[in-house]
Amino acid sequence: MTSLERLADTFFNVPVMVQYLPKIVEGFFVTIELALAVVAAGITAGLVLAVVRAFRLRPVNFFIVLVVDVLRALPPLVIIIVFYFALPTIGIRMSAWVATWLALALVLAAFAEEIFWAGILAVPKGQWEAARSTGLTFLQTLTDVVLPQAVRLTIPPLTNRTIAITKGTALGAVVAVGEILYQAQSAYSFSYNPSPLLLGAIAYLILFVPVVYFGRWIETRFAWKR
Amino acid sequence: MELLLQSFFNLDILKQAWPFLLSGFWMTVKLTLVVVPLGLAGGLAVALLSTARSRAVRWTLIVYVDFFRAFPPLVLLMFIAFGVPFLGIDLGAFAAVALSFLLNTSSYYGEIFRAGIESIPRGQYEAARSTGLSAVQTLGYVVVPQAVRNVVPDLVSNTLEVIKLTSLASVVALPELLFAAREAQSVTYNATPIIAAGMIYLVCLWPLVRLLSRFEHRQIALH
Repeated sequence: MTSLERLADTFFNVPVMVQYLPKIVEGFFVTIELALAVVAAGITAGLVLAVVRAFRLRPVNFFIVLVVDVLRALPPLVIIIVFYFALPTIGIRMSAWVATWLALALVLAAFAEEIFWAGILAVPKGQWEAARSTGLTFLQTLTDVVLPQAVRLTIPPLTNRTIAITKGTALGAVVAVGEILYQAQSAYSFSYNPSPLLLGAIAYLILFVPVVYFGRWIETRFAWKR
Repeated sequence: MELLLQSFFNLDILKQAWPFLLSGFWMTVKLTLVVVPLGLAGGLAVALLSTARSRAVRWTLIVYVDFFRAFPPLVLLMFIAFGVPFLGIDLGAFAAVALSFLLNTSSYYGEIFRAGIESIPRGQYEAARSTGLSAVQTLGYVVVPQAVRNVVPDLVSNTLEVIKLTSLASVVALPELLFAAREAQSVTYNATPIIAAGMIYLVCLWPLVRLLSRFEHRQIALH
């Protein structure tokens, strides 16, 4: 064998790839499912927290800031491991999927809350005063006047953060969630051939290159004027 | 409550695990000190090369940046840690981690520096060049210093992410903080070391989070 053939045999081993392709495809859909669940839960929770914070109740806000800070300071992998390996020792058990989903959704919620809150603060005070003086209630002012303007400001940073956290679904492999990386890694250890890893890498590119471009487009579409 | 103290805040276990955690902590610090400067330098190089006139260079860099931004860092790390040895190159865990993080973080830092460089008005180049500075001098003395100042919040934010990223090294058995904590957990059958590791991350990174939060409010408030 020439060295090129050996390289092909190692990284593009067709029989191995064909054998494990169905597993990778299965993982592909698990990754999509997990990612969508994280984004839906994380952004909703972030928005709710930011709205709650707008009521400016001191003890509540102190608590929100504390939790958000903790979630931003801890590495997501540490949170997943705490949920999956530490919580069971005090009797709280969850599946690997739930542990990964919950950890990433909480991290996204924390970042989203900060971004939405900054957006709400960026809406000038006059908007609040004008809306309230036309007879709108506090909640109507928030949802009909302030939030629509705030959310627009937050779209570029929120999109980028969401993409970054969505890629964290690969961390699920560490606690054996059957997503792309886990499938690729176990196929690699069964076949002792890195071709499945390459296949997994390609699956991630198929999934995330469009997402990265979407993020870029959002960024230019809603470009902040400096 | 008793159970919680027993399982998460067990002082006897903590005393046993402390030397492991400490050596893990220093490995994390060492990793950070290698990865962050390398990533910053790589990112700055990517951004400066993106200003090149050659279209081929610019396109290559766009592909490079998008490619590594689309890859989850853990996927890249595993690919390098498990795949590269098949090429007959034995990197070792530390080098595999450093290399994969360099590829990943230099793409992110590169995008940030590029945005900074693009924020500098054309007139600055023209003025600098017309005073007789060379192209390189213009970049080094006029453009880059202003560009960096414009993107400090993004740089800090990305650095925080990079430090948190070092925890991934535990997956390829590099004995950093998280790895040490998990080892200690499996030896002691107690979750205290993991909680303690979380606390260490928290104490070290909280100031950065506070700083960032201040930056972010200012940034959005300006628009």
